[in-house]
Amino acid sequence: MSATPTRKPVKSKPSEPKTPGAGASVKPIGMKEKWQGYWANQRLVAGQTLRRLVKEPASSAMTVLVIGIALALPVVMLVALANIEQLGRGWDGAAKITLFLDQTLSDARAREFAGSLNRHSDIEAVEYRSSREALEEFREMSGYGDVLNSLSRNPLPAVVLITPVASERSTAVSQQLLAELAGKPQVAQAKLDLEWVQRLHAMMDIGKRITLALAFLLMLGVLLVIGNTIKLAIEARRDEIVVVKLVGGTDAFVRRPFLYTGFWYGLGGGLTAWLILQVSLLILAGPVSTLAGLYGSEYSLIGLGFGNTLMLWLTSGLLGWMGAFLVVGRHLSGIEPR
Amino acid sequence: MIQFDDVSKRYPGGHTALNQLSFQVDRGEMVFLTGHSGAGKSTLLKLIMMMERPTSGQLFIDGKNLNRLSARKIPQHRRGVGVVFQNHQLLFDRSVFDNVALPLIIAGFQPRDVGRRVRAALDKVGLLDKEKKNPVTLSGGEQQRVGIARAVVNKPALLLADEPTGNLDPQLSAEIMHLFEQFNQVGVTVLIATHDLSLIARMPYRVMSLEQGQILAGGVTPA
Repeated sequence: MSATPTRKPVKSKPSEPKTPGAGASVKPIGMKEKWQGYWANQRLVAGQTLRRLVKEPASSAMTVLVIGIALALPVVMLVALANIEQLGRGWDGAAKITLFLDQTLSDARAREFAGSLNRHSDIEAVEYRSSREALEEFREMSGYGDVLNSLSRNPLPAVVLITPVASERSTAVSQQLLAELAGKPQVAQAKLDLEWVQRLHAMMDIGKRITLALAFLLMLGVLLVIGNTIKLAIEARRDEIVVVKLVGGTDAFVRRPFLYTGFWYGLGGGLTAWLILQVSLLILAGPVSTLAGLYGSEYSLIGLGFGNTLMLWLTSGLLGWMGAFLVVGRHLSGIEPR
Repeated sequence: MIQFDDVSKRYPGGHTALNQLSFQVDRGEMVFLTGHSGAGKSTLLKLIMMMERPTSGQLFIDGKNLNRLSARKIPQHRRGVGVVFQNHQLLFDRSVFDNVALPLIIAGFQPRDVGRRVRAALDKVGLLDKEKKNPVTLSGGEQQRVGIARAVVNKPALLLADEPTGNLDPQLSAEIMHLFEQFNQVGVTVLIATHDLSLIARMPYRVMSLEQGQILAGGVTPA
């Protein structure tokens, strides 16, 4: 057996600890201190995980971009729908009622009837067009003058164009007015020019459903992307997890950095989606105002708004946290010190 | 401090690592645990750390029956036991300071207390000037001392070491052992698993030898 002749002291003389270990468990620290320590750790981990992501911009940017694009798609669609809805609302009030009068009615009686409508409280304006005027107009606009000349009598009825009073519930008012006017004996047929608006609304309802379904699927995709990224992060930090568990780290402590990482990924994705939306709006703003100008309107695009933007960021952050949460529990329990 | 009552550990597959082991280590004692590899040293330490559960029998640490401790209580239990590993188990993605601080951060200490305690622990192992270094740049002996600083930073009453001098030359080994002695002198119970018989022969402490999961000698505290 070889033995060193002398036992040398350690390089620098260790100072003696003041208190010997008192019990098997660590000297307990107060509840208040524990709470403060807990929050200090939350802040610390939040900062650490964010710095770690920023330090590896190449790999984290990839994930953030994927999440951002996935979130941007439904967000852009929702904003587009909101814009169309806004446009449609402007047109609702412009819906006019057309009354085709009974052809047996004399011109004078028809004029008198139109005049009486002027006094109706729900009616903004009345425009009367006699059957002759209607024929002239049709002749000019259609170009079928010769055909019309060959007819023995004027087939067109007198027409009353009615603009209902514009109000918030103008659609309902117009419907009610339509029913009322259609019941008058002088009126052969009444038509509300609202059908295309209703069709637009129906189409937009479908669009909304599609967007929601898409948003749901893409959010599921985001969950999986984040889950997978976190799974890889857990594998990469296996040694650390083992050591942390060995020196008494609770499951919550081990989980925390991964949950924060997921949250940052989600939030980064949300910010990216918002950026994509803003750029899209910027690109479209010019052409849209040109188009609106051609229609004599001053319409400009509406964006997400403050509340919805906040909602987007919150949701995306939460989504990231959830994606991490779903994998962390399963994968961390498998990593135990051996 | 440590009490094993008829503790057995059988692994799935039939291997019996510990066979009806009974022994006791008193508070403030320093004990060496020897035996060939496979004799059950590591298993014994793992049972104390609750990295494993015994198949049968009871074991008490500081009067607590570990069989009655739920999985949720394991972290709290481990905070009261300092462990030094042969391969240090240091994290090379952070400084010496951060490695030693880990148990304190886990236990929820305030940052200012963490700094104070980490420096005290590093001072004790003689590495106060290396706190900002990455452990990968340190020598084997220095890395082991960082591991020891981390094990004692929390001031545990029980200190375990699994082959702490395994990869070190005799002089460094002696230094490390002397460090353990110093902790023992201030009241820490120390249990060191080692097969470095030449080293422990020159030290006046109880030696417990294991063979095939049973105690060959040194199972009781000498009167």
